[in-house]
Amino acid sequence: MFDRRLFTNFDWTLLVVVILISAFGVVNIYSATSSYREVGHPYYLKQIYWIVAGVVLCLTVCSLDYHMLEDFAYWLYGGVLFLLVLVLVAGKTSMGATRWIHLGFFTVQPSEPMKIVIIITFARFFSRYPVFKGLTLRDLLYPLMLLGAPVLLIMKQPDLGTAILVAMIAWTILFFVGVRWSALATICAAAIPVIYGGWRFVLHDYQKKRIYNFLNPDLDPQGSGYHIIQSKIAVGSGGTFGKGFLHGTQSQLRFLPEQHTDFAFSVFGEEWGFVGCLVMLILYLFLILWGLGIAKRCNDRFGALLAVGVCAMLFWHIVINMGMVIGLFPVVGVPLPFFSYGGTSMVTSMIGVGILLNISMRRFMF
Amino acid sequence: MKPQQNILPDDDGSHRLIGISLGACVMFFLILTRLWYLQIIDTENLMDQSESNRLRFVPVAAPRGAIVDRNGKVLVSNTPSFSVAVIPQDVKNKDELVGNLARYLKLDRQEIVDKWTKGQGRAKYYPLVVASGITRDQMEFLEENRLSLSGVNIEMKPIRAYANGELAAHLLGYLGEVSEDELGTERYKDYNAGDYTGKSGIERSWESFLHGTDGGRQIEVDARGRFLRTVEETNSMVGNTVMLTIDVEMQKAAEEALAGRAGAAVAMDVNTGEILAFASSPNFDPALFTGRIPADKWKGYLEDEKRPLENKALRGMYPPGSTFKIVTAIAGLEEGLIDEHTAVDCPGYYKFGNATFRCWDKKGHGHVELRKALRESCDVYFYKLAERLGVDRIAAYARKLGLGAPLGVGLDNEKGGLIPTQAWKLKRFGKRWYSGETLPVGIGQGYVLTTPIQLASMISTVANEGTVFQPHLVKKVVDSDGKVIKEFQPQVLQKAALKPQTYKLIKDGLFAVVNEPHGTGGMARLSEVKVAGKTGSSQVVKLRAVKGDIPYKYRDHALFVGYAPYEKPEIAVAVIVEHGEHGGSAAAPVAGRVLRAYFEQKGVIKKPVPKKAVTAGEGEGSGPGAPAPAPGSPAAPAGGVPAATLPAPPAAKPAADRPQVH
Repeated sequence: MFDRRLFTNFDWTLLVVVILISAFGVVNIYSATSSYREVGHPYYLKQIYWIVAGVVLCLTVCSLDYHMLEDFAYWLYGGVLFLLVLVLVAGKTSMGATRWIHLGFFTVQPSEPMKIVIIITFARFFSRYPVFKGLTLRDLLYPLMLLGAPVLLIMKQPDLGTAILVAMIAWTILFFVGVRWSALATICAAAIPVIYGGWRFVLHDYQKKRIYNFLNPDLDPQGSGYHIIQSKIAVGSGGTFGKGFLHGTQSQLRFLPEQHTDFAFSVFGEEWGFVGCLVMLILYLFLILWGLGIAKRCNDRFGALLAVGVCAMLFWHIVINMGMVIGLFPVVGVPLPFFSYGGTSMVTSMIGVGILLNISMRRFMF
Repeated sequence: MKPQQNILPDDDGSHRLIGISLGACVMFFLILTRLWYLQIIDTENLMDQSESNRLRFVPVAAPRGAIVDRNGKVLVSNTPSFSVAVIPQDVKNKDELVGNLARYLKLDRQEIVDKWTKGQGRAKYYPLVVASGITRDQMEFLEENRLSLSGVNIEMKPIRAYANGELAAHLLGYLGEVSEDELGTERYKDYNAGDYTGKSGIERSWESFLHGTDGGRQIEVDARGRFLRTVEETNSMVGNTVMLTIDVEMQKAAEEALAGRAGAAVAMDVNTGEILAFASSPNFDPALFTGRIPADKWKGYLEDEKRPLENKALRGMYPPGSTFKIVTAIAGLEEGLIDEHTAVDCPGYYKFGNATFRCWDKKGHGHVELRKALRESCDVYFYKLAERLGVDRIAAYARKLGLGAPLGVGLDNEKGGLIPTQAWKLKRFGKRWYSGETLPVGIGQGYVLTTPIQLASMISTVANEGTVFQPHLVKKVVDSDGKVIKEFQPQVLQKAALKPQTYKLIKDGLFAVVNEPHGTGGMARLSEVKVAGKTGSSQVVKLRAVKGDIPYKYRDHALFVGYAPYEKPEIAVAVIVEHGEHGGSAAAPVAGRVLRAYFEQKGVIKKPVPKKAVTAGEGEGSGPGAPAPAPGSPAAPAGGVPAATLPAPPAAKPAADRPQVH
């Protein structure tokens, strides 16, 4: 199973880019948390542990042939879906949301693996599904059911950010497979009453408030609009070259909310300025395009679908997080892959990269 | 090799992959555009916002400048006041701290808690004053117990100290916090809520000089409002010292003489317009107004019928009464209607149409010419003169002498008095002037109103023979290094330009008022210096019918205007005692005391160091008593008795060209 070709075909570029981004992340977390009074290990150190763990996991993932996933796809899907149901029934509630469940000695957040699992599931579904001139409405019935179940469960937790992400990943795969314009139009038309209903009956007040505040943050500058305003101030005040490492006043004086996690990029923007942000954007864009290149070069349908899915996952995380930080999107709790502090995000993203590496190095296997 | 496994038989999805790649690029470009906007285009604005996030300005009030008298004696300065403040961010245990403070300061727990709660909205680094004006002992006690008082700061703040208590309270004025309305105005554009400013008197008019330059600290705070460090500090600059023209000894004399009564006294240098005394009685305590005035005190001030809060010297408008006869007489002389020999018979009244105008002396003055008319203040003489003059001619001379308009002494809200004319009445009431209304104007009644400061200026102009100086209160302004910033020279408002003979006759009459038998102003007489002047009593209401004791508020006002020395005038005085009834008995002695203080200061009159001398002096003053009888007692040494030998003042120049008037 361990072919020497695997090693010679190993996609070093991809791994280097990821580690480079992660390294920037660590440096940034060091600055973002330098004003914290920490207990135990400092955050940047813990992030390094997570990166190491992530890389190990990533290499583990790519050491196993991804085609195995094709066989387990629905089992994985069923298992994670079951956990999502379990969360709602017996989950741990913190800050108004029920996202975690105790599994013996540790807790898991099943909405997170769902991001990967939905990719595998869709890849499995469409790898054996004949499509002619795009998916029709009828073709979409099962995939949308597969998607709808976890999305609704995640929204119920409530975790709007993850629900949107899962949906966006799935739709990107659908777009890659090809959807007929007539089907798309019908769904859009149907979506209007659904969105209205969702707004009225499903969304929580705090979620609505976030959307209101995104539309007009000045409504409540000290309250819920605070995050967006402070983040925009931080990024903008960085100017062309930034205020310098450890010299961002917005972050060092803690005007930014959650500055080592969801708003890490705003710390970076303040301290490194437009030039720093440009470098980060180029790295991320390179990562995405490289990933899509892997999909293109991949010889089997399942692999291509998987690669596109992983790219979609990373892409939407990046876009939604950055959009939120610079005030383009409402505040939803979406971390910036490899860059925000947090083990969960790191693990998920690294598994994604593992899958990409896996596909990349096996492209000549068939 | 396996055959290529396509997603669609005819489609490997690669064109959609290109679409997806392009889509990703577009999205990233959007983000880049937004970053460009925030970090390049709008960066200055956002930079400012981030600076105002972290930087706070804590102002430090400058100590106010002092106010001193003409000889440099301090009237108002500053004294440290200690207050106890807590800095919430440094407090460890609020309950315990409140308890300790309450115990140490002997304050009510609740009081401290209330003040604390009130200031809760402010930043956590902001000192929150919980007790002010603590004693030095209390402060030292707190210092000793610092350890149990973490988060407590003892702050020193300069507050106003009034060296002479209530002395000259109206003139000096008081301080208060800038009001909300004022904060929006141009005058207070550099002030913050809670800043102190002069609310009246010199403190108000000279605010910009006295205030000094506030300093402050630019501090950095974090998102929770905690103080981190001082970024920049600017020291405050003490305000300038304002030196008044006032002589504190004369001011004291004036206020002591007025004590217990409502009224005003103004003394002025006749050759410069400098105001030497500026008293309004009763006084208030200016110190009470800094901080919060106790409700009962405030109520007391408001309800007092003597109106202690009103600056009567500046704003009190009184009918000048017989002191106005000086104006009428000048008008008559200048218009050629009378000379020193023009005689009138006074039977004690004057019938005009079917109205009867009474002379104050019902018995009448008999044959009266100008000198006697002034000396004994015969009303009938001036009724007749006023009738011949007409109101407009009287008004013209009143204005020449500086009456009828504010003089601009340099305090806010100065009143202008009122000199009626025919045109004025038509405009004001829409009715023509009746000649019967002219008669009371001739004796300073009717519509005529003057302020004490105007009367002082008027008599000063007579004394210096024609120069209307602008009365002023400030000699100079000196900065903290002793450099003179502003110095005031005498300002001539206008020249009265009257004939020398007119002054001679008027002054002669005024001399007689004070120094001759039957003169109404005898109680202003000084032994060492010759005083000239004119008494006045002005009706508050026409209530001659009332028998017996007239209620206080209906009694006549008593006035006196005068100057000294007669031969070479230096100082003019105007006094009004509200409801004092007779100018001669109520107002003239006040003027006498003020003049005495002036000449004592100059060394012309020996200061009555032993207590005995004071009583002797007073005995001399009150001995000659009321206007009418010549002093029988020979107690008076000099000017008092020898009325007969009087018009031979051996003094200087006026004697030469003065005719023997008798």
